[in-house]
Amino acid sequence: MLSRVADSLYWMSRYLERAEHTTRLLDVNLNLMLDESPISAERRWQRVLQALGKPKNIEWTGEPYALTQALTFDTENKASILSCIIAARENSRHVREQISTEQWHRLNSLYLQVTRPEMQHRTQSEALGAGMTQPSEFLQSVMEAVHQFQGVTDSTMNHGEGWQFIQVGRYIERACATALLLQAYHIDLWGHPERMADGNEYLDWMGLLRSATAFEAYCKVYTADLTPDQIFEFLLLDEEFPHSVRFSIDSLLCALEKIQGDSGKSRAEGLRRLSGRLQSSLSYSSVDEILSLDVLAYLSSIQAQCRAIHETIYELYVDYSIQAALAG
Amino acid sequence: MLDHAYDEMFTGLGDLHQHCEPLLEHFSLLPSEELQRRKQAADLSFLNQGITFTVYGREEGTEKIFPYDLIPRIITAAEWATVEHGLTQRITALNLFLKDIYNEGRILDDGIVPREVVYSCKHYRRQMMGLQVPRNVYIAVCGTDLIRLENGEFVVLEDNLRVPSGVSYMLTNRRVMKRIFPQLFRSYNVRPIEQYTQLLLGTLRSLAPEGRPEPNIVLLSPGVFNSAYFEHAYLARQMGIELVEGRDLVTHDNVVYMRTTIGLRRVDVIYRRVDDDFIDPLAFRGDSILGVAGLFNAYRAGNVTLANAFGTGVADDKALYAYVPEIIKYYLSEEPVLKNVETYLLTRPKERQHVLQNLDKLVVKAVGESGGYGMLIGPQSTKAEQEDFARKIEADPRNYIAQPTISFSRAPCLIGDELQPRHVDLRPYVLYGDKVTIVPGGLTRVALNQGSLVVNSSQGGGSKDTWVLSQ
Repeated sequence: MLSRVADSLYWMSRYLERAEHTTRLLDVNLNLMLDESPISAERRWQRVLQALGKPKNIEWTGEPYALTQALTFDTENKASILSCIIAARENSRHVREQISTEQWHRLNSLYLQVTRPEMQHRTQSEALGAGMTQPSEFLQSVMEAVHQFQGVTDSTMNHGEGWQFIQVGRYIERACATALLLQAYHIDLWGHPERMADGNEYLDWMGLLRSATAFEAYCKVYTADLTPDQIFEFLLLDEEFPHSVRFSIDSLLCALEKIQGDSGKSRAEGLRRLSGRLQSSLSYSSVDEILSLDVLAYLSSIQAQCRAIHETIYELYVDYSIQAALAG
Repeated sequence: MLDHAYDEMFTGLGDLHQHCEPLLEHFSLLPSEELQRRKQAADLSFLNQGITFTVYGREEGTEKIFPYDLIPRIITAAEWATVEHGLTQRITALNLFLKDIYNEGRILDDGIVPREVVYSCKHYRRQMMGLQVPRNVYIAVCGTDLIRLENGEFVVLEDNLRVPSGVSYMLTNRRVMKRIFPQLFRSYNVRPIEQYTQLLLGTLRSLAPEGRPEPNIVLLSPGVFNSAYFEHAYLARQMGIELVEGRDLVTHDNVVYMRTTIGLRRVDVIYRRVDDDFIDPLAFRGDSILGVAGLFNAYRAGNVTLANAFGTGVADDKALYAYVPEIIKYYLSEEPVLKNVETYLLTRPKERQHVLQNLDKLVVKAVGESGGYGMLIGPQSTKAEQEDFARKIEADPRNYIAQPTISFSRAPCLIGDELQPRHVDLRPYVLYGDKVTIVPGGLTRVALNQGSLVVNSSQGGGSKDTWVLSQ
């Protein structure tokens, strides 16, 4: 597979994963906001911005719909849902002959849907007015479209190298996003239990789980009894839940091994070591150990390791030196 | 004048060509809402599939669908046999011509084609002199534009020998047509065209360098911003070959490689959709960022084949076009089956005089341009435009040719909810490898603006499906 193609598939997938994550955070928090006092609303939205990695030029101004609007449609903001979908579609356009017609069709329809000019005006004016169903409907439709895209990808594309790069992009993005989400909640809630005095902690913990589509899955394992340490354990270390950091890293490793198997080279050793180390630390740690350490540093280190994996993938498959390749 | 144009459906006052009867009957039975519904279904299908071309120089919506007309254009088996014969003859002669002018130059010595016409072509490449091209195939893929005169005869308007495009629209038009009018389609015996991509792949494979039995074939595209990018992606996918851009390729020791995730992989045959000028910054334009440095040397060393070869553009220079009938006679000792449109060469003083006096009646074209750019259509032009062209011609007569304004044939098209006649041309796609292959049909382009004679997609043209009947 061409390096450029691998690059585009990887980013197409990362951008879509990012779009889905941002969409869900907005949807969950717009919904929970209705049950909350204005004071906790502010904290909640600050936390959302924290969980999205504090996007540049976007500030909380006390107006949740304006913030939603900015995070959804502001193309100045590279992390907005619209920017991510445009970037994903642009990447897929560069590799159209590599993805299935059904994939292209689904992604292109999503793109056409969100870039319709009246879309933005309608959502804005109606959201700022009385009715608040529109942003929610819109966000739902985006999530559905992304899910459909993933389904169509899995069922119409060869599960060869290209598909594996799509997996790599999805799971590296997901692992980072979940780690960042836990970090944001940790700064705000775990670190300051005294702030939880207003009796709404159930909503906060539910919000965290929902932000990772984890509420129902969590309940199946631990019942609806939401305790912070179990939530932390579930989102970080659960082996079977697709949005947990551990599951993401396991899947990432699995895809990387397939790609390494195809390429049959020994020079992937560095990448194997990096990703394997991260995987074992997640597989063989207990939640108590982690919580007794510096949790924020631990979560930051996961993100740093993901970045290192990303860079190593690039050096190995995409941006390698021609001289070295000719010599090898 | 244009009222005398041949009509693809009607023979005279309300009479139909026999083969069009079921077609018109079918359409006249459909209520207008139903037609509109199917038209919208077709448009939506093109848009959602992203079957678009890129319009340069416009800010809003750079991707547009190529307008598609629902009424197919029908060509009878007998008419097609003539077209096929004529095109085979033409591509054979043009390949012999290119081999000759880049080697011995017999036709130049014999004075059939003036030396200065060849050497002054914008697309003449002296770097090709004396070079052996695999199987002597210079033009592997050709898209020749045909029009029909008032008497219904097909004539050649121009040859496109560099990177002719549009074949993906031919293929997707057919696919949409079969879905939207299945019964009508079945009731005609239409010859299939779906095998085109396989034939193209076979043609490319037959051109592999010696000793490369399992050639690695790629399609080289300028990239996603090119107006024909959809087509490049479509063809690569249909053929199952890699779609590459210049930045994916590197050359080393005169071998071309592509950069893959498992390292560098050798490339043997390149179906290039990048013009000569931009393909190798070392050999041609130094400012090109689309190309591959060192590609020409690898080509010269015989390590990679290009389709089409460098320098084929000589033979589609519009001034050289005037000599093609002579070229056919010279190499094949046959009369041309398809005639040329009468062409005035402005380097000849008498012809130039005539043209300058009749600019309001003629079509003037710049010789090295395509896509409908650099044209003056006399009867539809203003005095100022004519004067502008007169100045250009006098400044550089070699750069222009003139032809009579031909009322080429028209076919009924669905405009709004009624049928209206629009001028059409036909671009069949000719493949030349082991042998000449032409899938029956081609791209029928439609000048959608009423009375217009320009069918190029960049100039507001559309297209329709072209049916060649098997009997």
